[in-house]
Formats: sequence, structure tokens, C-alpha cells
Amino acid sequence: MKLITAIVKPYKLDDVREALDRLGVRGMTVTEVKGYGRQKGHTEIYRGAEYEVNFVPKTRVEVVVADRLADEAVAAIRAAAVTGKIGDGKIFVSSIEAAYRIRTGETGEDAL
Amino acid sequence: MLKLLARAGLSTAAIVVMSAAPAMAAEGKIDPADTAFMIAATTLVLLMTLPGLALFYCGMVRRKNVLATMAQSFAATAVVSLLWFAFGYSLAFRGDGAVFGGLDRVFLAGIGIDSISPLAKTIPEMLFMAYQMTFAVITCALVGGAVADRMKFSAFAMFCALWLLLVYVPSAHWVWGGGFLARLGLIDFAGGTVVHVNAGVAGLVAALIVGARQGYGRENLAPADLSLAVIGAGMLWVGWFGFNGGSALGVGSRAVFAIVATHLSACAGATVWSALEWAKRGKPSVLGLISGAVAGLGAITPASGYVLPWHGALIGALAGAICYFASTALKTRIGYDDSLDVFGVHGVGGALGTLLAGVFATAAVSASATNPGVAGLLEGNAAQLAAQAIGVVVTVAWCAVGTWIALRIVDAVVGLRVSPEQEREGLDVALHGEAMGL
Repeated sequence: MKLITAIVKPYKLDDVREALDRLGVRGMTVTEVKGYGRQKGHTEIYRGAEYEVNFVPKTRVEVVVADRLADEAVAAIRAAAVTGKIGDGKIFVSSIEAAYRIRTGETGEDAL
Repeated sequence: MLKLLARAGLSTAAIVVMSAAPAMAAEGKIDPADTAFMIAATTLVLLMTLPGLALFYCGMVRRKNVLATMAQSFAATAVVSLLWFAFGYSLAFRGDGAVFGGLDRVFLAGIGIDSISPLAKTIPEMLFMAYQMTFAVITCALVGGAVADRMKFSAFAMFCALWLLLVYVPSAHWVWGGGFLARLGLIDFAGGTVVHVNAGVAGLVAALIVGARQGYGRENLAPADLSLAVIGAGMLWVGWFGFNGGSALGVGSRAVFAIVATHLSACAGATVWSALEWAKRGKPSVLGLISGAVAGLGAITPASGYVLPWHGALIGALAGAICYFASTALKTRIGYDDSLDVFGVHGVGGALGTLLAGVFATAAVSASATNPGVAGLLEGNAAQLAAQAIGVVVTVAWCAVGTWIALRIVDAVVGLRVSPEQEREGLDVALHGEAMGL
């Protein structure tokens, strides 16, 4: 099984969710994060004080899929999240050793 | 220190209550309309502190200090109100002394259902006392803004007590209680000197003595939630109708003129600060809008019952510009950390407004059956401006000295500033054991 971690622009979350749903991916975990890559932050000014804010808000989407679905899932995420502008994000893939469904005790791909 | 004062006070009160209090000739008659209006005004001014100032300030500090900042407004209310009832009112608004007030109303001794103060002849004395109490409360609460994010709660509470008695009460006596500044002819309708210059100068002195926040000038100290500050500013603006309008101490046209002047000043202040910021920085900030409004409100305070309403717009516009400069360029150039710009907005605004009251005072506004009214420079009375200037200088001087003394005492007893670790952790957790959560 593979863990796919995608950092995407927050407003792209729904598009990504729908794309994965069409693939048959039935669940995901979403977190609000902040970070930067090539996209720079912005400057805030409060009366006399100027602050460089380096971090940009992003959304992290995590899904665990069967090995054979991994490449398709990555492609689907990328297609849904891309805009062509700096700050579109990144996708990382790592290996998952084991998975369990808490309610039933199913393991492996049956747990996904 | 407080125990000593308390013991002295109780002995004094006992002596006063037991001896025959001199009979005060009660000229004046309680008027129901004036009383109703002043009850409303008192309520509005208290709202300015609870929760107006609490919100205005807490929205501008970092998240880890939001609760602690609100606590200062509530603590100031409690401490100052109790001391006002005990000693403050009497020492400020009783007695004939040029410098010191009287002790005949300590613990409100002698204020009965029918009592009337010679300073407010158509409302119950208890109401006059309560109205003035709300002014004392907000003045002390204002000072906390200068040392936001780093003052101990115990130190702040103790400071409020000492500063009230050392600075605010004498100042109120000199300007409103028949003391030497009033006799000099100083006009200060609702507290340009007593409230705003005092709070501003005290804030500056405190900021200099307590020192800057850790990371000031290097780290991101951005506000937690400006929407809270905006809500607070709205309450301050509306509450100011009671602050300035109510300073007429009765219902009528003068109160209305004061309210309109106040409102126009806020609007002009907001507009000018915003416009300057827009020109200088490219974007008009929301913080700038509310800061400009408050600058205008502070500046019109001393003049509101003495000038024509359109003068208010002019005064507000000037305040918007000058306070903008004082809160940005001046502060950065000199390098002090007046965190919430108490000096830049209230100190500078109050002083400016007190001087401008001497320029724009229009006799017709303050005239009555027994009083020809006060005229300012534009009506040919240059002496008024001189009186205003003396008033500002005296207020600044005594406030600086009195604040320094109060801070030195507090520092010796409990220490002024939290430890560096507490400052890093945040005052909410470190001082109050509470957190806002994620």
C-alpha cells in the first residue's frame, strides 16, 4: 500500500476530493497547514510595524491506496490541483507497512 | 502599602462619619430628565471599558496574551471602582483646596438619597460619583495598553491603585473639582488632560521603564484577531456619546452639540489617517481606520462641549494626521515600544485637542443664563490658548513624575515585568493558567 501526501492550494481541495472519489478512493485525511516553496509570502503592516510573513496557507491531503492504484491516484490529484501558477504544491508517495480497520479488525487492502 | 492606606482610610472615615459633617447648601434640584440621561451616559461609558476597551486591546495583542489583556480591563474596573468609592471621589470632587481635595465623602459618607453635588446640580450626587467613576476606570485601563504582553497582573492591579490616587485623582481635582487649573480658566469638557494626556504620558513612561517586548523590531508580533479590535472600537465610538455627551451633566443642546462634534471628529480622524496610510503604504488598513477614529475621539474630548460641531471635523482631521505620525514614524524613530500606541493616540491626541479647544472655543456653545460662555482664539481670546497650554504642561509634568513614583513602588513590592520564560510562554498560561485553544 502507498501513502500519498499532497500539499495543494486550499481552494483546490474539493476538486481533488472529487477526482479521487471517481477513482474509487473512499476516504482521506485533510489538514490545514502552512508552508512555502517557490511561492513567497507577503508583508503585513500594523501601524508602524512591518512583518514579513513567509508562510502561505495550504491544505494537506493524505490518502492510502493499494499499490496498483498509486500512479493513477497521483495523476488524478495532479490534474485536479494544477493551475500552472507558482504555489500549486507537491505530491509525495511513501510505503505503508500495515493497515487496520478499527471497527472490524480487517487488515491490509481490505482495511482501505 | 495598601494595608497602611486602608487602615488610614478607615480611621479617617470613622472620624468623619462620627463628627458632624458640615452642612452643604444644596442648591439645585434633581431633574428626572437629566438623571435619566446621566444614568444612560454612565452606562455607555462603562461599556467603553467593559467590553469596549477589553476587545479593542485584546484584538491587537498576540493570541497567547488575549485573555490576560482582557483581564486588565476587568481588573482595572474592579480595583479603581472600589478605591473610587472609598477615597477617589472625595479627594477629586470635594473640598476647596487648590491642590488637594476633601475627605468629607470618604466611603461616600454623607451621600444620601437627596444629596446633590454643587458640581452637578440637577442629578443625584451618587450618580455624579458613579459617572466620574467610569472615567477613572477607563483612564487606568488605558495605560495597560502601552505595556501589553509583558506586565505582571499583580503589578498592573497595584499600579492602578497607586496611579489612581497619585495622578488621576489630583488631576481630576485640579481640572474638574475646583482646583488650580480650573481657577486658571483651563477648559476640558470630558478629559483631554485628565483622561487622555494622563493615560498617554503614563503609558509612555511605563513603556520606557518596563522596556520593549522580547523580539520587538525583529520578530512577528502581529495582532491575534483584528476583528475583535474593530468590535471594540465600535463600542468605544458609540460609548463616547456618553463620554462627551454626558459631560454636559444634563440633557439639552450642549450635550447634543458635544455628541455631534464627537461623531464628526471620529469620522474625520478615520478618514485622514486612512488616506495618509493609503498614500504612504498603498493600502488603507482596517487598523488604520479604527485608530484614526479613536484618535479623533480622543482629540475632540476636551473641546466637545465648547466648540461648534464642524470644528469637531477639523480637530478630528488634524488628530488623524498627527496621531498617525506619532504612532508610526515618531515611535520608530525614537524606538520605544508603546505596544498599543497609548501615547501616540491618546497622549498626543488629548494634548492636541486640549490646545485646539483654546483655539476653537465658541462662547455661544458654553453660554448659559449665568455664564457668558468661553471664547477661544478665533473669537479673539488668546488668553484661553495660554491657559490650555499651561494645563497640558502641568498635566504632563505631574503625570510623568507620579507615574514614575507609582512604577518604582510597584517594582519594589512585586516586580513590574514577567520573566522572559513567562513572556515566551504567553501571559494567558503563565499568569492566569488559561489558554484560548487552537
